[in-house]
Amino acid sequence: MAKVPVQFTLNGSEKAEFIESGTTLLNALRDKIGDTSPKGGCHQGTCGACSVIIDGELRLSCLTLAETCNGADIKTTAGLAEGGVLHPLQRAFLDAFATQCGFCTPGMITAAKVLLDRTPNPSREDVVEALSGNICRCTGYEPIIQAVLTAARANSQNAA
Amino acid sequence: MSLALQTFSTVKDANAALQAAGTRYLGGGTLVVRAANEGDVSTSSLVRVTDPGLSQIAVAGGKVRLGASVTMAAIASHPELAALAPAARAVGGPAIRNMATVGGNLFAPAPYGDFAVALLALDATVVTGDGETPIETFLAGRDTTRAIVTGVGFASPKAESFRFLKVSRVKPKGVSVLSIAALLELAADGAVSSARIALGCMADRPTRAKAAEKALLGCKLTPQEIAPALAAAGEGIAPITDPIASAWYRAEVLPVHLGRLLSN
Ligand SMILES: Cc1cc2nc3c(=O)[nH]c(=O)nc-3n(C[C@H](O)[C@H](O)[C@H](O)COP(=O)(O)OP(=O)(O)OC[C@H]3O[C@@H](n4cnc5c(N)ncnc54)[C@H](O)[C@@H]3O)c2cc1C
Ligand code: FES
Ligand code: FES
Repeated sequence: MAKVPVQFTLNGSEKAEFIESGTTLLNALRDKIGDTSPKGGCHQGTCGACSVIIDGELRLSCLTLAETCNGADIKTTAGLAEGGVLHPLQRAFLDAFATQCGFCTPGMITAAKVLLDRTPNPSREDVVEALSGNICRCTGYEPIIQAVLTAARANSQNAA
Repeated sequence: MSLALQTFSTVKDANAALQAAGTRYLGGGTLVVRAANEGDVSTSSLVRVTDPGLSQIAVAGGKVRLGASVTMAAIASHPELAALAPAARAVGGPAIRNMATVGGNLFAPAPYGDFAVALLALDATVVTGDGETPIETFLAGRDTTRAIVTGVGFASPKAESFRFLKVSRVKPKGVSVLSIAALLELAADGAVSSARIALGCMADRPTRAKAAEKALLGCKLTPQEIAPALAAAGEGIAPITDPIASAWYRAEVLPVHLGRLLSN
């Protein structure tokens, strides 16, 4: 199968690769580029573990073909920490015991990041809605919801 | 899995490429790429079109025109499409809504196709290179059409005349037990003067509840007066059975939910 070039920005740095046509973004990120923060839970669009942010919008990388992302700006959970300092969402997930096995965590955090970027002070319903495409088998969701609300408060205090 | 993607800037060129065996059109990919991930090898080549016109929403003179590549998220957040927002928001979770297109929803087999149920109640026309087709005709023939859908058009519904309901077990996001859309005109005395009711999951694709529509004419939306319409709602249905619900269950609860939608 012919290889095709793809080129996009990943967490602020330019990436260019030759991939097989039809490769999903999830496989390109994990197997070619080496960003294993998006997880392949179901490859069916149902679990949300592969969620990434493409041009500011939450997408499922398992259902996105890498070739359609040429020129796009892609963000994953791996790019959130700055200089070794965890992002407030990551900090809040750790503190609230919102991550157990951790498999769902990168997807949860990208979904929460898109929410907080648009709605800095979300209600509990906003959080539940924003995370509704993400499945967690460990935590029972409540600690995750609390973590996102805590991170939102931390953000607004920093901004004040 | 080997799958090749062909990208075209015009629908015309893409339509030509789609004539080859083993090719399939790629919309948002939520069903097509999922099938490939699942091991479906019937498709060897995907065709997509980058024409930005396919992603346009136009609302003017009481008419709405949605390009086939318009996403559920774009509809849900459009200020002039508030009446349609509940139907667009009914599709999947946030990430799915950023990907799922209007064009793809027209082809989605039950239990999917919630937005197409709304379009059927709105009596939309489906636009392809060959011209415009009423949605009912389009849905009936969708298994054999090869032409790329470029958009849908319909008269903008008044918020109070359009109603939509989706029933699912998981909230806020879940696959349909059923969905119902109704376009109702009421006379000055509150009696129904015209009714178009579309059902999801009551067949392999959206269908109309024609007997219920007829029974509703001249009725006020009170429990007593709508009772004959609810009794007729199951006429001609062949609900699907899947892990969410059996055909029997879907048929049993249809009148209950239609009653709630109508008397709201
Ligand atoms: C986890 C998950 C949850 C979902 N939940 C829902 C839900 O709640 N409700 C619901 O309705 N759906 C749901 N879906 C199904 C699906 O996401 C939607 O129906 C969506 O609108 C399909 O659009 P798409 O652009 O992704 O289609 P694609 O996967 O790109 O295409 C689907 C089919 O339509 C054809 N097609 C697409 N566009 C065109 C066009 N313009 N012209 C001709 N043919 C075309 C394709 O060739 C293909 O056969 C869900 C899917 C997943 C994976
Ligand atoms: S791996 Fe993409 S949604 Fe589960
Ligand atoms: S922490 Fe294990 S799946 Fe969520």
